[in-house]
Amino acid sequence: MAEAKTAPRPLSPHLQIYRWSWTMAMSIFHRITGGALYVGIALLAVWLVALASGPDAFEAVQDFFGSPLGLLILFVYSWILIHHMLGGIRHLVWDFGYGMEATQRINMARFTLIGSVTLTIVLWAAAFLLG
Amino acid sequence: MAQFTLPKNSKYTEGKTWPKPVGANNLQEFRIYRWNPDDGANPRIDTYYIDRDDCGPMVLDALLWIKNNVDATLTFRRSCREGICGSCAMNIMGKNTLACTLGIEDCASDSIKIYPLPHMPVLKDLVPDLTSFFAQHASIEPWLQTETAAPETEWRQTPEERSKLDGLYECILCACCTTSCPSYWWNGDRFLGPAALLQAYRWLIDSRDEATGERLDNLHDPFRLYRCHTIMNCANTCPKGLNPAKAIAEVKKMMIARAV
Repeated sequence: MAEAKTAPRPLSPHLQIYRWSWTMAMSIFHRITGGALYVGIALLAVWLVALASGPDAFEAVQDFFGSPLGLLILFVYSWILIHHMLGGIRHLVWDFGYGMEATQRINMARFTLIGSVTLTIVLWAAAFLLG
Repeated sequence: MAQFTLPKNSKYTEGKTWPKPVGANNLQEFRIYRWNPDDGANPRIDTYYIDRDDCGPMVLDALLWIKNNVDATLTFRRSCREGICGSCAMNIMGKNTLACTLGIEDCASDSIKIYPLPHMPVLKDLVPDLTSFFAQHASIEPWLQTETAAPETEWRQTPEERSKLDGLYECILCACCTTSCPSYWWNGDRFLGPAALLQAYRWLIDSRDEATGERLDNLHDPFRLYRCHTIMNCANTCPKGLNPAKAIAEVKKMMIARAV
């Protein structure tokens, strides 16, 4: 077929206009938290390196993680970790073909967020109360 | 790498506001994506008003009303007006669906926004180029393949075997699911997308088909099948209430089952 002489075809709008759903939002959030964990694991590495480097270095790192800023970073990191874990379980369940019906899938996506926030708060509450 | 923003020639601007119908006291506003291949300009969003008292109940009725009474150049596909041909698939209020089965009332909006199916080349206004979509459907060879000599009468199936096709055979290939899938947006050249994969499963699970191995071989590819990340937009958007995400999960299970 002869190519008609027209302007190059535009791409129709996508992310700009598509209405967000829970499953869509939690999917991209799973990606983002997964990416953040790459950075987050460095926190553990820093702590281990300090441990191996001697008491002075370890003391400094311990002090930082005990500071309000350090605690905030650890709090967010633990939330991201738990969120990514729950998201992973959700995707695993779906990979087995379960929980894919309309209300189930939306509820599972919601639960990922609700569950991660709840578990993180419980974890920190336990750490402070028992610690 | 996925490009999240629109290319320069695809960015849309504010368009024309068309006059309100004279003497109407039940107005409904529509904001509709327009692109004309002949004028060289970027896409724009035009504003239209319809007279609800003079118009049918569906979004498709509104589009036809606009075409008949306001702007004859508004271009869109439509045919059966009862949800079986799949022609009038478009993005209405941020979700892909058929204009003929969605009520204007159900949009529950002062200003109903209509775009073509997302992330597709636009031919004109609400008409996307579906060439690649249908080519992908063809690539899964959507017909019965057998080696056994054909029986004298029809290929027999038990009611149980036949019931496995329920929820699959109803697909009308409207492309709502495929164009709702972010994975397809970013990798549509290599990922087959939910519609083609649901069709693939429809033939994989058919008790009469004897090409199951070859069909699975064809899908065993990091992109064709495995770009599905269970985002579930396909199942959320299907105007026929089907579940392509689940069909794809079943295909992945068949892949594992034959590997162990």
